[in-house]
Order: sequence, then C-alpha cells, then structure tokens
Amino acid sequence: MNRLEIILSGKALSNPIIPASGTYGFGDEFAELYDINCLGGISFKGTTREARYGNPLPRIAECGNYGMINAVGLQNPGVEHVIAHELPRLKSHYNGAIIANVSGFSIEEYVETCAMLDKEPIDILEVNISCPNVHNGGMAFGTSPEAAAEVTAAVKAVTTKPVYMKLSPNVTDIVAIAKACEAAGADGLCLINTVLGMRIDIRRRKPVIANRYGGYSGSGIFPLALRMVNQVARATSLPIIGCGGVSSAEDVIEMMMAGATAVEIGAANLTNPMVAKEIVDRLPALMEELKIEKLTDIIGIVNHE
Amino acid sequence: MKQQLFEIQSNEQIAKSVYRMQLGGDTTGILPGQFVNIRVQGQFLRRPISVCNITDGILTIIYKVVGVGTEAMSHLPIGTQLDVLTVLGNGYDLSKAGDAPLLVGGGVGVPPMYMLARQLREAGKKVRVILGFNTKDEVFYEEEFRALGCDVTVTTVDGSHGVKGFVTNALDGQQSYYYTCGPLPMIKALIQAAGTHGEVSMEERMGCGFGACMGCTIQTTKGPKRVCKEGPVFAASELLL
Repeated sequence: MNRLEIILSGKALSNPIIPASGTYGFGDEFAELYDINCLGGISFKGTTREARYGNPLPRIAECGNYGMINAVGLQNPGVEHVIAHELPRLKSHYNGAIIANVSGFSIEEYVETCAMLDKEPIDILEVNISCPNVHNGGMAFGTSPEAAAEVTAAVKAVTTKPVYMKLSPNVTDIVAIAKACEAAGADGLCLINTVLGMRIDIRRRKPVIANRYGGYSGSGIFPLALRMVNQVARATSLPIIGCGGVSSAEDVIEMMMAGATAVEIGAANLTNPMVAKEIVDRLPALMEELKIEKLTDIIGIVNHE
Repeated sequence: MKQQLFEIQSNEQIAKSVYRMQLGGDTTGILPGQFVNIRVQGQFLRRPISVCNITDGILTIIYKVVGVGTEAMSHLPIGTQLDVLTVLGNGYDLSKAGDAPLLVGGGVGVPPMYMLARQLREAGKKVRVILGFNTKDEVFYEEEFRALGCDVTVTTVDGSHGVKGFVTNALDGQQSYYYTCGPLPMIKALIQAAGTHGEVSMEERMGCGFGACMGCTIQTTKGPKRVCKEGPVFAASELLL
C-alpha cells in the first residue's frame, strides 16, 4: 500500500504534492535537477486562448524573508501552442496527474480554451478565476459568487474533465464564492491564489512593480491560506487542493489537516528548485513521527468533532 | 542548471561599493556570459550575479552593493557555505568574434567581460577592451585585463581617470564584432554608434533565475524571451530598445 496516495475526483495521485501553476512552467527546468515523476501531479503554466506577453517589467519584487510579489500577467504561448508542443513533451516524460490551469478574459474565452483541452491527455481542469495581475478578467470572475458560478457552469457544460475552480483570497467572503462554485457543479476547488500586494522603492519614490500592484506569495501567506482552506472545507463537501505559502512537509500535513486533499507548492519552487522533491522525500519520516498511517486519514481531521 | 554548495574563500572590496568574492566548489560547465544565483540568508529571492571567471574549482564574482541582499553578501565571512545555482543562461557566442573583437563593459557590466576576454585571448584573438565608469573611485580590473594581453581603454564620465566621457568616446570602428554588458543607456548608445554586429548581455529583475516564473521576459524581434534562460546574452539585432 502506498501510504502517500490520495485521490482527486477518481484520479489516484502517488502523493499529494503538486507544483502550483506559474511556478513550474511545464517542468523542463526542474527535470534538469531531478526526476519529476516523484510528484503526484503538475499544474502547468496558466494558459489562455491567445498567446500573451504579460505585463511590463519589472514584474517581480522581493519581500524579505517571507515572500515575493509577481505581476507576470499570465505570459503564455496560447492554448493551441500548449496542445501542440508543451503538453506532448510533458506527457512524454511525466506519468503523474496533469492539471491544466486555464485563465480567460471572458466567459467565452474560458469555454473555448477548456473545450479545446477536453480532448487532451489532462486529468483535471484548474480554472483560474483569481489572477490579480490582469484587468477585465482573471480575478474579476473570482470576486463575486454570481460570476464564479457563471464561469463554473459554462466550463462544466463543455468538458468531461473534473473542473476545479482556483479561488482568490482577495475577497470578503471566500466561503460564499466556494459555495457558489459547488452549487454550479464544480468538482473541486483550489485555494488560494496570490494576495494582492505592493512594494515601494523608497529611493526612487515609485512602486517596484511596473503594474503598481502584484500577487504576494511565499511562506508569509501560509497562515492566511490555511485559514481559508479550513473555512471552505467546513462549508463545502468538495475536494480541495490547498495552496499558498507551503514550503515544507510540515506545512503539507497542516494543509491536509485543515481540509486539503492535495497540496500545491508555489513560490518555494522558485527559490529552492528542489523543494517539491525534498517534501515528497521527507513525508514518510514525518508521517512516522506523527503516527500517521496514511495521508488520507488526516484530511480535514481538525474539523471532525 | 546545477545546484551546488560553494565556500567563500575571499570577499573583499575592490572599488567604491564593489566587492569581489571567490567561491570554492564545482565550476564545471560554466560559460562566459552566464550567471549564478545565490541564496542569501534573510532574503526570499536569490541574487543573480554574473560570472567574472572560473579557474580550477574557484568561481569569481564581482558585485555592487545596491540593496539589502548585496549589502548582506558584502559582510559574509570567509568559510561561509552558500547555496548557488550555476550554469544559468546562454553565455556569449565566441565563434562570432572574428580576429579583433571589441569588449565593452560599463560599471558592474565589466565582470562578465573578464572570462570572455581570457578565453578569446587563449584562442589567439587580438582583443580590445573598453571599460566605462562614472569616476576614478569606481574603476576596477583595468590591470587584470592588461595582464591578459588586451588593449585596454578606461573611460570615466568626469574625466578623473582615462578618457573623459562615455565608452562610445573610445570607439575606433576597427572591431570585427563586439560583446557588451552594462547599463541600458550605454547599450543603446553603443548600438547607435557601433551598429548591431555584436551581442549584448541584458539585466532584468528576476524571480527564479532559471526559466520557471516568466518574471524577466523581454520582447525581442523574435518574440518574448526570458533574460534568465534564452538570455542574458542577445544578438544586438534582436533587441527592441
């Protein structure tokens, strides 16, 4: 028995560790350092209908010990290129679960992109309604329950793949959004995306990020992410991919105890490219220490009373 | 890309706000024009620094203190172990040098010229080097380039050392090809004066430094390219400046 195995919408993952979209590309850079088949899944770079360059530079800001801000703005080669080139290459050397992260600027765009991916060898559609770095799209769909439900229902209507909605923390009530997605037919949820933030260069008296604001990520957002995962886990019955500031095996256990079935590793990949593998390798010993027989036993355990 | 532990063997100031650090470790595979990405305690992101030279397991970098990360680096004692990503970026294409290449470095754009100059000299090329600085206190590595047998001209904006003015004031138009690294205004002026028969090392604020985050992508005539991965060296003709 694989004590690390978890199941997401019928798909068995060898372990709950998934690099988060936008921090792992299509895995090529990391495959130079280790065999990426050790990962339960990979959520590939956020893909849109058309190719995008993204935002003006600089689009990265340092945030000291605990994180960074990015305002990349969904740079990607477009879904047709992804289907023709990136996805076959990833599939040729990776056997785990492939999660397609999709973004859009209109309902039609989400629908078209997801419909095109429906025939492809992916296991889960992760629909990003929470990118803080693009105007008139992305997060706009993730900040109202009605809009979130509309995207969910529209995508569900054109795909046979499990649909996981990726939620924004930049809202007053994430539970209301999560419930709206559940009611509209979502198969699961992924949370959280980055937290809208800012840095100022005090010598130049200007924002560091050309786009002014960007998404804050890194270990600094972990407690916030954990709280939101827990709130949503207690209010819905959907499987949750927990994400936000996770950088150790201990954080993974905490996320799962809060209610996550799988766990995404984001910004930590960018500073320590070995971190996802190190976490997978460390989990068995940590489970031994914590007397966890199998990981599925602890999902949402703090909610069982 | 490789992830390695290096040990600091020296870390000394060589000019105003400029430090040279020598690191012992595995330097195999490192090419001139590439950079390394160094983890600094207390900082989330690594610090990307160009490679100045490699010799028998010693990596030399030269960096300027510009913020808290490089400030912290300048205080690191000998013997400190550093987590370093190496073999990052593409590096210069030495096959295009011709017989009489010109190397132009401005400020902390000077260091990557050193390993390039050394390899071009080893290949028997007649190498001309122009090193541009603001003022005398900032000048470094003039003698080191001379010791390689390069024809060296130093320019300072205020005229306190060498030729007064900018690197473009020292051009003679005799080069077969050029290689450059330095501040953007210098690069623009050089391309305007010397044309596009050369290659340029670009600098951008980076997230990961190895191609995963798309934080440093620039637009080129051949589409978007990551400075950390498809660069940092670009043909002058493909830049949109």
